[in-house]
Amino acid sequence: MLTPLLRLALLTMSLLVPTLAQAQTTDITARIAAMGEANLKELTQIVTDLASTGDPSVVPVLTALGDGNLYLDETSGRVVIQNGSTITDPLTGEAVDLGADTDLSRIRVNNGLRRDISAALGGMTLMSDNPRTRLSAAQGFLANPDPATLPLLDEAIAAETDANVLGVMQTARATTILSSEDASIEEKQAAVPQIVSGAGRSAITVLTSALASAPDEVKPTIQSAIAGLEQSRAVWAALQNVWFGVSLGSVLLLAAIGLAITFGVMGVINMAHGEMVMLGAYTTFLVQLVIRQSFPGLLDYSLLIALPVAFLVTGAIGVGIERGIIRWLYGRPLETLLATWGLSLILQQTVRSIFGPTNQMVIAPTWMSGSTDFFGLAITYNRFWIVIFALIVFFMLLLILNRTPLGLQMRAVTQNRRMASAMGIRTPFVDAMTFGLGSGIAGLAGVALTQIDNISPNLGQNYIIDSFMVVVFGGVGNLWGTFVGALTLGVANKFLEPYAGAVLGKILILVLIILFIQRHPRGLFALKGRAIEQ
Amino acid sequence: MNFTRAKSALLAAALAGSLTLPMVPAMAQDDTIKVGILHSLSGTMAISETTLKDTMLFLIEQQNAKGGVLGKQLEPVVVDIASDWPLAAELARQLIEVDDVDVVFGCWTSVCRKSVLPVFEELNSLLFYPVQYEGEESQRNVFYTGASPNQQAIPAVDYLMSEDGGSVKRWVLAGTDYVYPQTTNKILEQYLLDKGVAKEDIMINYTPFGHSDWQTIVSDIKAFGSEGKKTAVVSTINGDANVPFYRELGNQGIKAEDIPVVAFSVGEEELSGFDTTPLVGHLAAWNYFMSVDTPENEKFIADWHKFIGSDTRVTNDPMEAHMIGFNLWVAAVEKAKSTDADAVIENIVGLETPNLTGGMAKMLPNHHITKPVLIGEIQDDGQFFVVWQTDDLVAGDAWSDYLPESKMLEADWTAPINCGNYNTETKTCGGTAQ
Repeated sequence: MLTPLLRLALLTMSLLVPTLAQAQTTDITARIAAMGEANLKELTQIVTDLASTGDPSVVPVLTALGDGNLYLDETSGRVVIQNGSTITDPLTGEAVDLGADTDLSRIRVNNGLRRDISAALGGMTLMSDNPRTRLSAAQGFLANPDPATLPLLDEAIAAETDANVLGVMQTARATTILSSEDASIEEKQAAVPQIVSGAGRSAITVLTSALASAPDEVKPTIQSAIAGLEQSRAVWAALQNVWFGVSLGSVLLLAAIGLAITFGVMGVINMAHGEMVMLGAYTTFLVQLVIRQSFPGLLDYSLLIALPVAFLVTGAIGVGIERGIIRWLYGRPLETLLATWGLSLILQQTVRSIFGPTNQMVIAPTWMSGSTDFFGLAITYNRFWIVIFALIVFFMLLLILNRTPLGLQMRAVTQNRRMASAMGIRTPFVDAMTFGLGSGIAGLAGVALTQIDNISPNLGQNYIIDSFMVVVFGGVGNLWGTFVGALTLGVANKFLEPYAGAVLGKILILVLIILFIQRHPRGLFALKGRAIEQ
Repeated sequence: MNFTRAKSALLAAALAGSLTLPMVPAMAQDDTIKVGILHSLSGTMAISETTLKDTMLFLIEQQNAKGGVLGKQLEPVVVDIASDWPLAAELARQLIEVDDVDVVFGCWTSVCRKSVLPVFEELNSLLFYPVQYEGEESQRNVFYTGASPNQQAIPAVDYLMSEDGGSVKRWVLAGTDYVYPQTTNKILEQYLLDKGVAKEDIMINYTPFGHSDWQTIVSDIKAFGSEGKKTAVVSTINGDANVPFYRELGNQGIKAEDIPVVAFSVGEEELSGFDTTPLVGHLAAWNYFMSVDTPENEKFIADWHKFIGSDTRVTNDPMEAHMIGFNLWVAAVEKAKSTDADAVIENIVGLETPNLTGGMAKMLPNHHITKPVLIGEIQDDGQFFVVWQTDDLVAGDAWSDYLPESKMLEADWTAPINCGNYNTETKTCGGTAQ
């Protein structure tokens, strides 16, 4: 039974609420309108004010501001959200038609403001309907624990249905409790295992920073948890190094595998090999340019489309080089070296004259951007796909050499040219095809390298020394040697790097290779038999 | 040696040699003033330096349209140093002795400058050097129109330490392994230690030129930055290595809000090479940005686009430095009424010319100039948004005040001191450092 007085109070409130809400809406509209001309300091103040209203309708405008999608229309002075080609009102979300003479200028933010926005959004989106929004909000809480947010987190945990989001929320809650001064010892004790299981790689950091301020009763628990984590971290760090090494090795393999054909199988010292890689990369750039202009829907597949194109282009150039230059110089390695070196300079300067000296841009497809956490291993997608691609190229090549008539003829010609010729093989044709294949594969490497390196006329130079190193180290004339050689060098490099640094690590690798070649001049997998006696 | 062998070797040698010959044949005309342009138009540095060559041609064309200098037309003499530093010294000598140029604008890397220095000293000619560098040098025949560390590195660190910049407490100093990053990082490390940053909160890392595999280093930076203290990376990584570095940062999920990277060698020209979406929010410290909104800058960009015939070409800091250097030289020649090196050196100190950001660039007695310092955040269109700038112009300091071995040194090329490394304690020329 309500007393009359209370009833009166409630009545006034219910009458007041709509007017209050109305006042707030006009307030928000005014603040958003002010964003257009605000400088950074004023903008920060507006963001704080908007966030303190707690009104969920400001979420889109804050998100847009943080993502750089909030614009001021200079002609009408309106603040709007532009997403792709659609322009909407920041508050109502309705499409806005600004007419033809719009002059949109972005409302710019800096890092500090972006941090404020994501913190403000965290509180507002923790109860959002979209589990992904909730997840990123919970991750925000995990990164910046603040005891004042505990009630909010508790409320969200009680309402949460998604197991994945719930886990992150509970870890965020545990982290907050551990850093809070008010929490009881039992609560803190219980928080430690939750952090160990939930916080992944940052668990050690969270626990270490909590250790200093923790009450004495909790300290042993934290210390033993840290000791356990450190043991497993050492194992994962080693595995992470192996992965880095494999991925570096696969890049070396891609760059060297074409050379393993032209230098390893044919014996041609091809200094222009790196330029074939570079041309492959420029072909990718051109393919993507055409796709972007004519078929924007295929942009995500531009690399896949570039693969056959790059293979054919560089393969054809390779055939041209063999027919035009190299076939006159068989058996004279010094002249081949000079001629191909000169050719590499010509190709570089030609590309520089056509495309200019600056880097060209190849956009990474969405499926090659970002990284995934694989049991604590950080695996970036671009590296992952390059490893897979290198393996595919390697085994395809192995298949071509060992299982096709062309491969058979190649091996026959390189092992005994005159005998092969006597058996009716067109040796000049086979030479051209072999060189074309090697160059085409270099072009494929170029497509992959657009994802990790600059596309500039110098691209090839960075890889030519490494490629020769891999082929010689692995054993000239042996594809498996190149495979093992590339991976060994990659892994060895990555294990040396943390101890010796990148510069000294590279020097050490070179010294080790020199020592190894002294001992085994024919490399890891030396060819045996009469072929090498020629 | 048979004939064909000799022929093909000759051919190859000729091919290599042809790339290093002067691009514009020297014409002996007495009624022109010759201006040497000493930049790499091929090789690794071509990416940055080709634009500077074009900038010089642009400036000279503009000056000639205005009637030249001292009533004479200017004639550019372009040589290609092909990113080969011993060759740079040879070509510098050729420019001065054979082509008889009165002034040279050129070099990008410090190693290039160091290798041509003795030539300019010996032949008493003039070099205008347009790139930010490590300091610890002042030479009578050289004018440093780029930033010294106190005009770029120190203010950038101050900004990051401030509340606006995120109150950074831990520092990664990452650089390419050569003289500029090494010296800059030495100065920065001492500066940070003086500011009370603990030794274990500074991580220094060097990588070779053109380094492309950043996986280990980026994951180290990530681990270093996840220990509860706000971390920033100060990058002196040069040239080509930057693209894979930023790409790896983006892929490993390091955002500018968490660990900002402030770079001293990444400008509009370098960014025009790639998709900057993952880089938004990372920082660069320069003395000029293309996005600076002043009438001078607007005019410069418009003229530049007209000259180069493309309105997508960007402008950058070293271009502005060349413009300032060129205008100061023209002013000094007109004041001295002579192109003679000694006369220019005597007259240029104290001259002023407007820069493109609304201030005045003044040539100081130590042959450095006054500049504003701007910090910009990278935007997704490859431009910078200025988030902070110094209130006043900063005077370039040749010898760092933060290194114990150079803090008592001063450079002053005016009478009565006339010395590049004057020791203010012992009052002698030829102080302790170098």
